[in-house]
Amino acid sequence: MQKEVVIKICMGTGGIAAGGKEVMQAFIEELKQQGIDATVEKHCSVHQVGCRGFCARDVLVDVIMNGEKTTYQFIKPDMVPRIVEEHIVGGVVVDEWAVKEDYHAFHEKQVKVVLADCGEIDPESIDSYIERGGYEALKRVLSEMSPEEVIKVIKDSGLRGRGGAGFPTGLKWEFARQKNSDTKYIICNADEGDPGAFMDRSIIEGNPHSVIEGMVIGAYAIGAKTGYVYIRAEYPLAVERLKIALAQAKEKKFLGENILGKDFSFEIKIKLGAGAFVCGEETALIASIEGRRGMPRAKPPFPVEKGLWGKPTVINNVETLANVPYIIRNGASWFAQYGTEKSKGTKVFALTGKVKNTGLIEVPMGISLREIIYDIGGGIEGDRRLKAVQTGGPSGGCIPESMIDISVDYESLQKVGSIVGSGGMVVMDETDCMVNIARYFLEFTQTESCGKCVPCRIGTKRLLEILTRITDGRGRPGDIDLLLILSEDIKAGSLCGLGQTAPNPVLSTIKYFRDEYEAHIHDKRCPAGVCKNLLTYTILEEFCKGCTMCARVCPAGAIVGEKKKPHRIVQEICIKCGACFETCKFKAIRKG
Amino acid sequence: MEEKLNTILEEYHQQEGNLVFILQCLEKDFGYLPEDAIYWFSEQLDIPPAKFFGVATFYAQFHLKPRGENIITTCCGTACHVKGSERLINSLMKELQIPSGEDTTEDGKFTVERVNCVGACSIAPVVIINEKVYGKMTPDKLIKELKRLK
Repeated sequence: MQKEVVIKICMGTGGIAAGGKEVMQAFIEELKQQGIDATVEKHCSVHQVGCRGFCARDVLVDVIMNGEKTTYQFIKPDMVPRIVEEHIVGGVVVDEWAVKEDYHAFHEKQVKVVLADCGEIDPESIDSYIERGGYEALKRVLSEMSPEEVIKVIKDSGLRGRGGAGFPTGLKWEFARQKNSDTKYIICNADEGDPGAFMDRSIIEGNPHSVIEGMVIGAYAIGAKTGYVYIRAEYPLAVERLKIALAQAKEKKFLGENILGKDFSFEIKIKLGAGAFVCGEETALIASIEGRRGMPRAKPPFPVEKGLWGKPTVINNVETLANVPYIIRNGASWFAQYGTEKSKGTKVFALTGKVKNTGLIEVPMGISLREIIYDIGGGIEGDRRLKAVQTGGPSGGCIPESMIDISVDYESLQKVGSIVGSGGMVVMDETDCMVNIARYFLEFTQTESCGKCVPCRIGTKRLLEILTRITDGRGRPGDIDLLLILSEDIKAGSLCGLGQTAPNPVLSTIKYFRDEYEAHIHDKRCPAGVCKNLLTYTILEEFCKGCTMCARVCPAGAIVGEKKKPHRIVQEICIKCGACFETCKFKAIRKG
Repeated sequence: MEEKLNTILEEYHQQEGNLVFILQCLEKDFGYLPEDAIYWFSEQLDIPPAKFFGVATFYAQFHLKPRGENIITTCCGTACHVKGSERLINSLMKELQIPSGEDTTEDGKFTVERVNCVGACSIAPVVIINEKVYGKMTPDKLIKELKRLK
């Protein structure tokens, strides 16, 4: 029987935003004040842990007593005394606050490899990682394995790059290994720029040592002495935890000179990104580390031949590296048991948008989109109808509801015009306008285009202009064909992945939702009721009670009418902000 | 100012030395990139100012103009977008009376910025006020927070 009572509090970015720090403080104070340790004759310890995925339910708190774990959801500081009194002292679980079946359903179909220790260990304690087998893989690698053997294991496991492109990791390492050079580099790409993706942030926040261990093993395999983590400055908590982890790893001799007493030395430096999406591209990232404008260059030569400061360089994504220690520890065939023939292992997705359970999930490759949305995600918010799932961020596409049984792996998603990408998965329902979504992504890529290739720089601008005029109600016949032609030109004429994939959101929405484009252009109508200029708000007299709420919130003063009598919207003055629509308690305002 | 700049210069020489590093230090110390400071470094290092400005304008993190006392950053990632980040920005601009094309209030108290994604998509829409993350934001909640700062 466990002697301790362990309390774990989710302290990822999501947990902290929901008040995780305050909840933790409340536990510490409550336990101290009440002298609980003496009362229950057990030591009570409070730990912070990283993201356990279900951020929508934060603050999540685990109480582990007598080997039994109870998870509480939506915890606020003022709920803490009752949990301490009834559960920790009294031994009775506070049922009404504990998670219910739906919480377990969220986890049931998930397979956790990379996230196995996230949410379990204290990310700021190396001992916490070591207790769960951390750095075992590194020890084995350095004492028993040659670099070639390490590469073979990774190759056999079938691990492919989790940053989006899906290049086999073992192969990349092998190319770098074969290069003759006294200096080589390994870079961890933590420039997670895709809007709608946050797995890299969560992994570093929740288990930074797994990334470090993966990097050290990678460095040993390719023969690098220096590594860089290129991380977004927009992730302050991840940077902080990474710094702490690096210092701890160094102290324990997992990093630095003569690691674990062997003839192998390796150091890791942190480079902060300065906010440019294109720097996720390998050659742009290298330029940025070197202190220049992050503009991609033509490949070949690939970074494994000529990378950072002209030396052979391997660039791996955070999730890719975090997989490595687990593969070494458990073996290639253990990893390869998950997934499909060509896409092995698991993938972490950020499930967000109009789905009931939003959060970070890890699933075996090959799971169907339906299982993700309905079994894990719990279905669509408000039980509305699913319209599409956007995967792969600005480089990806929208998959329509009719294709929801598709297998989620690199090849299948590509076939339907989307990509796995870094793992963003935004669910959209019938109230989302697909033309607006395409416009949103083009606004993004147009701003983030580095400007080097003319088709990307000017082409995305023109795409955006056309999409803007369609959503503004000024679309012209022929615009759809123009979008298609322009898109193909941009794809063909751009150097890097940003330009080559920028038109994907346009192409996939035209392919599957052409009728929506046509409604905007020909009927001047937005079927989803999103595009402002195409909307009119009217008050349904039979429902209006004349409560005057709408007139009071209208910023333009466009609503007229006497108290307790039906009101009216003066269309010429209405700015279509929708404030009245949201305020009306009687559903008396029609949007359309 | 010169003292601060000298410290940065020293660190620059100890590091591998790159412009991004200098600009990040300036941004941290001053909250923006003072023009004089850039010309100072340009002279010290014999690197044309255009190089500095080239790098500075490439990255979203660098600002050539001073920013407000309070920084309000609205996340415009995909999840936040579909959950209404545009409405949050509109109500912010209206409440703070910032004219379109500008991002800072006249009295220099508030700056409203957009960020592509802060990676807190499961609590969208997200707003960061002076480095504190607020999830599931609504225009009402946002205006309440603003009033507290005013």
